[in-house]
This record gives sequence, structure tokens and C-alpha cells, in this order.
Amino acid sequence: MTEPTTYLSHLELGEPDKTYLDTNELIINMGPQHPATHGVLRVILKLDGEKVLGTECVIGYLHRGVEKIAEHRTYAMFNPYVDRMDYVAAVSNGLGYCEAVEKLLNVEAPPRAKYIRVILTELNRLASHQLWLGTHALDIGAMTPLFYTFRDREEILKIFERYCGARLTTHAFRIGGCLYETYDGFENDVKKFLDFVPPKIDEYEELLTTNRIWVERTRNVGKISAEDCKALGVTGPVLRASGVKWDLRKAQPYAAYSEFDFEIPTGVNGDTYDRYIVRMQEMRQSLRIIRQAVERIPDGPIMAKVPKVIKPPVGEVYHSIEAPKGELGYFIVSDGSTQPYRVRVRPPSFVNLQALDIMVRGQLVADVIAVIGTLDIVLGEVDR
Amino acid sequence: MLDYITSYLGMNTTPGQAGNVFWVLVYILVVFGGVSVAVMAMNWLERKALAHFQIRLGPMRVGPHGLLQPIADAVKLLTKEDIIPAEADKFVFWIAPLIILCASFTVYIVIPFGPTHAITDLNIGILFMLGVSSLSVLGVVMAGWASNSHYPLIGSLRSSAQMISYEIAMGMAVVSAVLMTSLNKSGTGTLSMIGIVQAQQQQQIWFLFKFFPLGLIAFVIFAIAMVAETNRAPFDLPEAESELTAGFHTEYSGLRWSLFMLGEYAAMIAVSSIAVTLWVGGWMRPFPNTLTGDTWDLVFSLFPGLTFLGLALIAFIGVVRMPKHPYFRIQTIGLAGFAAVLALIGLLLFAPPVRDRIQDIFWFIAKVAVFMYMYIWYRATFPRYRFDQLMKVGWKVLLPIAIGVLILTAIAGVLF
Repeated sequence: MTEPTTYLSHLELGEPDKTYLDTNELIINMGPQHPATHGVLRVILKLDGEKVLGTECVIGYLHRGVEKIAEHRTYAMFNPYVDRMDYVAAVSNGLGYCEAVEKLLNVEAPPRAKYIRVILTELNRLASHQLWLGTHALDIGAMTPLFYTFRDREEILKIFERYCGARLTTHAFRIGGCLYETYDGFENDVKKFLDFVPPKIDEYEELLTTNRIWVERTRNVGKISAEDCKALGVTGPVLRASGVKWDLRKAQPYAAYSEFDFEIPTGVNGDTYDRYIVRMQEMRQSLRIIRQAVERIPDGPIMAKVPKVIKPPVGEVYHSIEAPKGELGYFIVSDGSTQPYRVRVRPPSFVNLQALDIMVRGQLVADVIAVIGTLDIVLGEVDR
Repeated sequence: MLDYITSYLGMNTTPGQAGNVFWVLVYILVVFGGVSVAVMAMNWLERKALAHFQIRLGPMRVGPHGLLQPIADAVKLLTKEDIIPAEADKFVFWIAPLIILCASFTVYIVIPFGPTHAITDLNIGILFMLGVSSLSVLGVVMAGWASNSHYPLIGSLRSSAQMISYEIAMGMAVVSAVLMTSLNKSGTGTLSMIGIVQAQQQQQIWFLFKFFPLGLIAFVIFAIAMVAETNRAPFDLPEAESELTAGFHTEYSGLRWSLFMLGEYAAMIAVSSIAVTLWVGGWMRPFPNTLTGDTWDLVFSLFPGLTFLGLALIAFIGVVRMPKHPYFRIQTIGLAGFAAVLALIGLLLFAPPVRDRIQDIFWFIAKVAVFMYMYIWYRATFPRYRFDQLMKVGWKVLLPIAIGVLILTAIAGVLF
């Protein structure tokens, strides 16, 4: 048997301090089986008592080779696989991939399809944020919001189920538009949901936003500056909470986002509390977008003219969208055949996870949990 | 022998004071058995109440409305494999849960369920309680150390620091209550648990409202400190499941783990009992001074029976609402039987001789139950404190306020 690989390259233990008491630094393993690492993330912590001196993430426990699989599937066949990356925001993944291939093919989805895409993607953003809120609050010790968010997320999943038959890995979009026309009463369901959910968001905020313990646990915890965010490529709510007004829906509008009126909530301090506030406001902004979209949804075809066999011209394309967790990009190289030559995914969770070390260094063990929660990572997306 | 046994019955003291070993043993058995049953009931209630806070149903499968769930859990835990980690210090690992259990059960010796319903009445009762209950920290440290593993070690360190810090604030709050007992003609206070309640009776006020708001502040400090002392949410960081998997008992399983749980819940009931004794008038019924007279005495003495009848009514409503399907027949019959038992107990409690004896115990338990409900409520509502914040609250907020209240109480006691 070979020796197990040690991952402690930069986590060397310091000399024992024998001046007062015989104390040692401590290395503990958090995960891959740990209730608060959101899946199979392994974090190696170097501790001085409760203080974190350094961390190292070990990932890959959920690696399925999604990018490699893409090289052996046709463009259309790979579409369902992307749903399995960020499985709590499967619709966003599908949107990014479909738009990237459309860009490569040089086709554009018809307006009605774009509106359907926006409605479903924003619903999915809401679902993703709700799941984040529940698990994040659970990590910090507030059990109850988890059940409230799951109750309300259910309504979104019901809409998905009625639309395309699947709840989680929806495979809702096709290259060139949508496969399914909206079902009878779709708009009604969405409108009912729009009236149903704002009081529920108020309910979550009532439990947490001004809760003294919640504020103390999150304020000034896991601080990250805008410069550090940019240097590490951190995107999404984490970047916006640090004060950078960067949202791809505004910066490089895709789908039909240029036609809607919404704001980009930003934070000031870049701490966990700001990220919480930003995400809560984003939920409300998503509702705003959905309301506009469902009121103005145009009639017309839902599928553009796409050849039966998708054979994009030789070339490459990078297309990125604002997924709930940050910038989700697809880099696709085509060699002119029916299968992509290479698909590279830029997953927001993976890139954001890099910031963990900066954010928790010098803080306490309990803050590591809070920061993992606030980064909103999905290990399926980190490992792909 | 028979004379020895019956000689106690006419007495007006606790069996410990009367020196009657037979009745002491009976009381010990009843109290310890009662506490064990209360722990099981609390386990079920916590799961159900927490579930309803969280729009869930909680246990529903084992017995009607999951009533038999605690028994099923106990059987499961007893039959589980007994694991002692290879690296553990076996003796210390073995003895740690026993220390916690003994510490939390020994406390019940002095808890007065009524003027004569205590195992014994020590003249240093409250001191004894604080001393013995703080021994459980030893068990926590031993458990964390003996497991020889990182998570339990951190958990036990947190726990020992937390329990010791909050004990000080708790002690200060207790002292101000003890100070209030000395406000009588002779000017001597008492540390005896029964004496403290009797002092409230003589002064015709719960210490909660004494020198308003001083008594209230001291009570609130005690109420916060007792949650921290028993490692419950929002101060449950020694066993913060999301950070330290399970804290000091991570490596424990089966019977030993269940001893930890038994000890924790017993300690919760014990500290709630202290709070009730010190501030909320112990076994006294509400308004013993304003609503006097035979009529009111009769009305209040009907409460125990009415409570059980009410519980029986709830159970009967549950029977009516049971699904009418053969699959649920046994459960329905079981629940109806349970309701019938409750109703019978209720009727029994209306009988005058029982009624008079059971009253004190009923009011005491009812007050403790309110505190237990608060524990569940906290758990459903609050996030968890971080370790440094917990220390800050203990040392920088609770302790100064407790000392201030103590000084002000002393001044108020001299002046008024």
C-alpha cells in the first residue's frame, strides 16, 4: 500500500510554544463527511486553539468528468449533463450552455423563448437563494428558516414540474429556444407565486435580519475587499457585497434581460452580513424581473430554425451568464464535427471557493462554517 | 417495622429531616423514576413542538402521534454496539457519562416539589445544588479528553470555559435571591430550598417581582445563564453539530451517548427547578395571598384534575381525527386507551385527599414545564453564538449586571 498523499504543502505546523504552557498548533480535517461543508468538500484547518491560521481545500470527491464527457456527446446530447453541475440552479446552467452553442451556431432564440427562459431562470435564482439561505442559517444554528425556505422553494419546483416534468435537473431549454410551450395556466401560476412569496421573504428577514445573534455572527465575518475579489476572479453576490456593481445581466445583457428594469443590489463591507443582505435583495429583484416578464411575454414561435444535426462551424466561443452564484461561463471549441472538441466550464462556485482562505484566516472555527455557507458553493459545480 | 414506616406519615417535614430511611428510599425511587419519565416525555415534546415550529409533523410512525418514539429510541440505543475507540483512554471514557449523569441526578435530592415533598431539606440546599450541578463540567472535560480526537477536544474545551463562566453570573443572581430571603424580622436569610419558598410565602411576593425590576433582572440573568449552563441553543456550541459534528460526545454511541442525553435533559429540568424555586414561588399556587378563602382554594385545587382532563380531551380529538383505515386501527385504539388513562388520572385527582396532596407538586411541575417549553422555543428561534461572543456576553454583560443587581438589592433591602 502506498502512503496517502499529504495535502499539507503550506500548512506546516509551527514550533510548539513552551514559554507559558506547552501548546501546539492543531491540524484538523473538516470533511469530506461533515454536516456543514455542503457536500463533500474537505477543508484542512490549521488552528491555534479556536483561531484559524490557514486552510486548504481538497476537492474532487464529486468529480464526474463532465467536461470530458462533452467531447464524446453531440451538442444536444450534452445539454442534460450541464444540469448536473450546479444541481440547485440547473436552469441557469442550461441557459448558459444553450446560449453558448447558439452563439457558435449564430442563431438567436425567438423573443417568446427568451422570455420563458428569463422567467424560469429567475425562478431558479430564487430557488437557489432560498436553498442557500436555509442551509446557511442552519450552519449558523438557526434551524427554522431551513424549513420555511424549503416550503416556499417547493412552489417553484412545482412550476418547473408542470412546465417540463422535472423538478431539479430540469433540462428545460434546447439549443435554439425551448422545446415546450408554456402549459395552460403557467402565467397564472407564476403570478400567484409572485403574490405568494414576498410575505415569505419578509418572514425570513423577520427571523434573521435584525436578530442580534445573527448580526453578531455575520457582521465583520469573512470580510473580503473588492480588490481581493477581482484578483481572485470572485463574482456574483460575493463580489457585489464588496461594493462592485457588476452583474452580467446588466453588463453584458443576454437572453431578454436588456428589456427589464431592475437594480443591482450592492453591499459596502464585503462581510457575511452584507452578502446576506445582497442575496435577500436579489430575491426581491428577481421577483420584479419575473413580474415584468410574465406581463409582457410576447406570442410567437419558441424555437429558432436550428438544423436537425448540429454541426457548428470551426471556431470557438466564450459565453457567460449571471448564475445565482456568479459568472457561469462556457468556452466551447468546435472542430466542425457534431461533437465539441473541448468544453471548458467556468464554474462560479469553484472560483469563489478560492476566496475561502483569505476570508477565514485569523478568524474562528465557527466562522469557517459561516463563510462556507455564505460563499454558496455547490460541490457538484466545484468538482464537475 | 410498620410503626417505623407509618411514623413518618403524620410528620410535617421531609423524610430526610425526619430521618426515616424507608421513606427516603421511596422518595428517591419516585423522584428518579419521575425524572427519567419526564426526560422521555420531554424528548417527545421537544421533537413534536420543534417540528410544529418548523412546519413539520415530527415523529408520527411509532405509536399514535409518535408517542412511543422515545421508547423505541431507548431500545435502539440500548441494543446498539458499544464502541470504545481504540485510541481512547478506556477508563476515563467509560466513567465520563456516569459523572454527568450522577451530577445531574444528585441535584434532585434537595428540589422541593412541595413543603414536605422533597427527599431532604439541606440547610445549604442551593449551595449544594450549584456545587453538584457544576460537577458535570468534569464529565464533559473527561469525555472530550478521553476520546483522544480533535473535535471532542475542542468541544470539551469550549464547554468547560462556557460552563465555568456562566456559573459565576448564575451564582451572583442566586445570591441576590438569597439576600431577599433575609428581609424578615429576625434578619436571617436561608440557603435551604424549602426556606427560600417559605420566605416568598411570608413576604407575600414572588422574588421575581421583589424590588421591581431588580428581582426581574436577576431572574433574567439566571434564565440566560441556565441555558448556557446546560449547553442548549443558542449556547449549544459544545455540541454545535454544524461545526464540531457533535462536540464532546462525537465518539460516543449507544448506551453511553444516551446517558449523556439523559444527563443533559435531567440537568435542564434541575436548573429550571432552581429558577422556579428561587423566583417563581416554587410550589405555591398563583395568587396565594389575594385570591384567598375556601372557594378559591377549591378552584385552584381542581386545576390538576382539569389539566389531565384537558390532555385527555386533546388525545380524544386525536382519536376522532385518526384516519378511518384498518391500517390505523391499532394506533387509534392505543390513543383512545391513552386518553382514557389520562382521563382516569384526571378524575382521580379530583378526589379530595389526593387533590390536597398533589396540588403543590402540580404547580411546581407546571412552572417547570413553562421553562422547558422556553428551551424548545429558544432552539427554534435563535442562531448559535460564537465562542468569543459567548464569553463576551458572560463576562462583560451578565456578570457586571448581576453584581450591580446584587449591590442594589442589598441597598434596597437595607432601605425598605
